[in-house]
Amino acid sequence: MKLMDHIPALIIAVPLLAAFLSPVVGKINKKVVGILAALALGFSLIFTIILAVKILSVGPQVYVFGAKSPSLTLPSGLKFPIRIIFQIDAMGIFMGLITALVSFLGAVYSLAFIDKNNGIDKYYSLLLLLAVSMFGMELTGDIFNFFVFLEIASMASVSLICYKGTERGEPVEAGFKYMVVSSISALMVLFAIGIFYGEYDVLNMAALASVIKYSQLDKIALGILVPVLAMKAGAVPMHMWTPDAYSEAPAPITMILVAASQASLYALFRVVFSLYNITLNTLVVGWIIIIFGLLSMFIGVTMAIIQKDIKRLMAYHAISQTGYMLLGVGVGLAVLANPIALPEYGITAMEGGIFHIMNHALYKGLLFLTAGALFYRTGTRDLDKMGGLAHSMKYTTIFFIIGAAAIAGLPPFNGFASKLLIYESVYRFNPLLSIIAMVVSILTLASFVKVFHSAFLGPQLPQFKEVKEVPQSMVLTMAVLSCLIIFFGLFPDLIVKNLVHPAVMSLIEQFKYTGIVLGGR
Amino acid sequence: MLGLLETGSGFWNALIWVIVVLLIGAIVYYIRNKGEQGYKKNTEQDKPFISGNPESSKEGSHVSASHIYWGFTEALRGYYNPLVKMHTGNLNDYSGWIVIIMALVLILVGVSG
Repeated sequence: MKLMDHIPALIIAVPLLAAFLSPVVGKINKKVVGILAALALGFSLIFTIILAVKILSVGPQVYVFGAKSPSLTLPSGLKFPIRIIFQIDAMGIFMGLITALVSFLGAVYSLAFIDKNNGIDKYYSLLLLLAVSMFGMELTGDIFNFFVFLEIASMASVSLICYKGTERGEPVEAGFKYMVVSSISALMVLFAIGIFYGEYDVLNMAALASVIKYSQLDKIALGILVPVLAMKAGAVPMHMWTPDAYSEAPAPITMILVAASQASLYALFRVVFSLYNITLNTLVVGWIIIIFGLLSMFIGVTMAIIQKDIKRLMAYHAISQTGYMLLGVGVGLAVLANPIALPEYGITAMEGGIFHIMNHALYKGLLFLTAGALFYRTGTRDLDKMGGLAHSMKYTTIFFIIGAAAIAGLPPFNGFASKLLIYESVYRFNPLLSIIAMVVSILTLASFVKVFHSAFLGPQLPQFKEVKEVPQSMVLTMAVLSCLIIFFGLFPDLIVKNLVHPAVMSLIEQFKYTGIVLGGR
Repeated sequence: MLGLLETGSGFWNALIWVIVVLLIGAIVYYIRNKGEQGYKKNTEQDKPFISGNPESSKEGSHVSASHIYWGFTEALRGYYNPLVKMHTGNLNDYSGWIVIIMALVLILVGVSG
């Protein structure tokens, strides 16, 4: 048996092992724990890249846990798979790449960021568990296994949001709110899974997809899963946990939480495309997702403009940007059953939405890290108390400008490329939706001009005379994200052609998703 | 062509955009250099003209975040008041929204066939 065959399992196994080793290593040397976490996530990143290359060149991969061979999905003439299967197609590995990159960079940034805090071993242990759970949500082909990883993600996230709770009360409050909201969503997901299992006796998503009939029970399951997963992604009007959680978590954790929310968004897309596909009323469900997108875009950005806490402001922008993804993919779903509209603009709209997931993870990650850098040096998140920091934090200022320009959709940065795909395709579906999306971009720019002016411009304030640039590991992390933003902006065709388009097609072509497990039955 | 992104309705190439911006920048720089040469640093020319009013200290002149877009938010008070009120921070309301939206989606999915 070759090691290469076990890469899907290793992506999760390496950080999982490191998560349980962290408290032990922490007893010996606290400084080493961070390096251990960064190394483990670095290995996961390498494994994810290797798997991505394999999937994009050979095709979707499966990994059957506990079977004689990792590719043996239906042993002994079984009609349906009974083991836990990792089923990784272009969409799954697209999300896996985001998780791998963001969690690795989050661990590297944390090396200096939480250096002076207590409980560092627990911090890294939870960070690794969060990364593992996100990988699991994205790679698994078993819907109950998805629920398990969703729960692990929630528990790790809650603990990490509360990490600074020993100093102030707000992180604990934010963590508690997130815990309640996550528990509700997890219970609802479990209820929907119960419906599927009771009705079809299977938990494998490919097997479920092959037998799903869109019965009244299936409609109830869909009606539960869509809003609950949209809530976990931070869609308006179920978004209120987002500013609390994002603003109170340590900055690198906020960056990873953004990717965790996107994992829920991925689950939403997986459910409607890979599980139900054209059995459901695509127009109605598509419009439900579009309306979530519109509300998220507009309410998110208008709430952001009036914030004076830099991380709360950015959290509202995260909600707003999620709206673009929902809009693009929602339009794709609305025309999924339309053989003319789908190739004309539906696929492009989905490409825009899916590409925006990756772009958002990069620039929003960068922006949260710049906010973390400002907090690291000034000790405040209040924009009213900041000013003139460009004098002393030159690198952070440049990184902020790059992130702000990208999120506002200014060329030549990556945000522009995905937004352009969304504007032009959505315009052909409904011009008003496209116009609203453009107005939201203008408001986003206005909001970040406010942050730039408040925090960075103006004379150097007396209280910040001693402020200097953040440590090198933090600068390096922000520099990597900035370079990726510029590269994705200059060569969006490479990303769309090689990563995004295969991901979109793997969502649309449900038969390929079911075929890999069931052998084309 | 490298960097060419097809959008379905047209195309986008960031490299061409960068080249055009650099060209325009060079032209602007050339025109700027052709301008008035009489500017002298550290003279009266450096001081801002504010209709004879005394200049406030540099630190005191920084406009803080709360004051930016005051006109915008004031003009949209009718929109912002209910929106801000909606964000109570109360966990019961968070859960309430989930229930309301789930009920709405269930009805829409259920009746849509």
